[in-house]
Amino acid sequence: MEKRAIFGGRALPYLLLAPQLLITLVFFYWPASQAVWQSFLLEDAFGLRTDFVWFENYNHLFHDGDYYRAMATTAIFSIAVTALSLSIALLLAVQADKSIKGAGAYKTLLIWPYAVAPAIAGVLWLFMFQPSLGLVARGLRALGLDWNPLLNGDHAMALVIMASTWKQISYNFLFFLAGLQSIPRSVIEAAAIDGARPVRRFWTIVFPLLSPTAFFLLVVNIVYVFFDTFGIIDAMTGGGPAKATETLVYKVFFDGRLGGNLGGSAAQSVILMIMVIALTAVQFRYIERRVTY
Amino acid sequence: MVERRRFGDLIPHLVLLTGVAIVAFPVYLCFVGSTLDQATIANGQMGLTPGPLFFETYWRTLFVGTSGTTREPVATMLLNSFVMALAIAVGKIAISIISSYAVVYFKFPLRMAAFWLIFITLMLPVEVRIYPTYKIAADLNLLNSYAGLTLPLIASATATLFFRQFFMTIPDELIEASKLDGAGPFRFFKDTVLPLSRTNIAALFVILFIYGWNQYLWPILITTRDDMQTIVIGIKKMIVTADALTEWNVVMATAMLAMLPPVAVVVLMQRWFVKGLVETEK
Repeated sequence: MEKRAIFGGRALPYLLLAPQLLITLVFFYWPASQAVWQSFLLEDAFGLRTDFVWFENYNHLFHDGDYYRAMATTAIFSIAVTALSLSIALLLAVQADKSIKGAGAYKTLLIWPYAVAPAIAGVLWLFMFQPSLGLVARGLRALGLDWNPLLNGDHAMALVIMASTWKQISYNFLFFLAGLQSIPRSVIEAAAIDGARPVRRFWTIVFPLLSPTAFFLLVVNIVYVFFDTFGIIDAMTGGGPAKATETLVYKVFFDGRLGGNLGGSAAQSVILMIMVIALTAVQFRYIERRVTY
Repeated sequence: MVERRRFGDLIPHLVLLTGVAIVAFPVYLCFVGSTLDQATIANGQMGLTPGPLFFETYWRTLFVGTSGTTREPVATMLLNSFVMALAIAVGKIAISIISSYAVVYFKFPLRMAAFWLIFITLMLPVEVRIYPTYKIAADLNLLNSYAGLTLPLIASATATLFFRQFFMTIPDELIEASKLDGAGPFRFFKDTVLPLSRTNIAALFVILFIYGWNQYLWPILITTRDDMQTIVIGIKKMIVTADALTEWNVVMATAMLAMLPPVAVVVLMQRWFVKGLVETEK
């Protein structure tokens, strides 16, 4: 789509674009290309020599047990957070979509965690589940569970998953509610007249009509778990205990810290870039398809 | 309502109330923690009712800071967070409204190339190019400065796409009429485009303010001096590994203060928040 009426002027459009292009080139294209370049370099232990090593950094990664472990951690983490936050949000959205008193107030009371920083969410949940002084942790211990996320990797993982889910429910709720409200009432009433009970109506009519929203949220949630949960993990566990909560992004940060293993960290960055581009491409293809409906 | 429900509205209310309680519980405990003294929390004697030390804790948090790990008082961090969030929101809106104006209302060589250059940045968050970006910021002498905190985070395409989509919906008749009246690109922008964009700017501002306020990984790398850190990264440094030394009451007060501004923005500007969230994600 193009505008019919446009302005002339030779220099002006370039001047208007200049600030954004300049910032994008300096802080986006330059570092992104540096990351790709670095991923082919290997620095010796004293930082005296740097060699071009082709795919050695990548090769090393694909033979590194720690890297596969971070991948598995990221996969478990993504699946758990996405499944939990999507289903809880859907349940709440379906209830809030019913014409009940105070629906607006419920909506306000459910969406605000979106504004809480991931790191702060991590601190809040740490405070509840801190083994020696947390209120909930004491309850768990009283029930006979030896709760200790500082030593037990599974407990730490559960804790990180809970905090990440808590933070993401509000976002999913908002989009599910918007999706539900855009379903025409007449379709649901027609099914009711045909004798379909609420549960059946939900699975045969509402849920299929909601699937575009659900798919969109699926992609957004995976990207959220990949990147935005960095603050939660760093504040709660620092990737531990014994790297049990180290995700791919956390490993990029950890390996490259203090100039440790810049080549390896850069190679991980490049792999992550490819993953995000693939996810975004899937999403765009899908959105295009929805537009043609 | 399609049909009569057997128990009236009982079930939806119960489910929603449970949801609200789960969502609010961590924050309530955080508030309770911020009104107790350090020893009560450290001994694990904390209950569910607030204590008497509300004013003392918040006063100390804001203006004195923790005593064990003496750092900057939280008021300084709050100021840094405000400056960073505002600069990111205003900066992004300013540079992207003019760049999308150029892309939509002008025809010039390399127009689509420029658009794609910006568009591709949509896909890659700062986390995946973190160390090279850090090195460039260091080479440009931007460490421990507001420019270093904000500029790299301004480089993104969401706002540009958002404005472009909106400009496409402005009817062509408006610009034709303005041109007949003799208005140039500056007049048309100031008198027509800017007033029409007001609600879009407000919606974008809410989203970007929250985005800027909640940044974590980038501020950790770019700030090494304590007086430059934001509240979201400052709170992490207050939690020491030796648990007995962590002043949880101050940490909880800091968490409350860190949540207050962005949550207030969402609650008070809810209409724009929802608009911004739904429309920037398309």
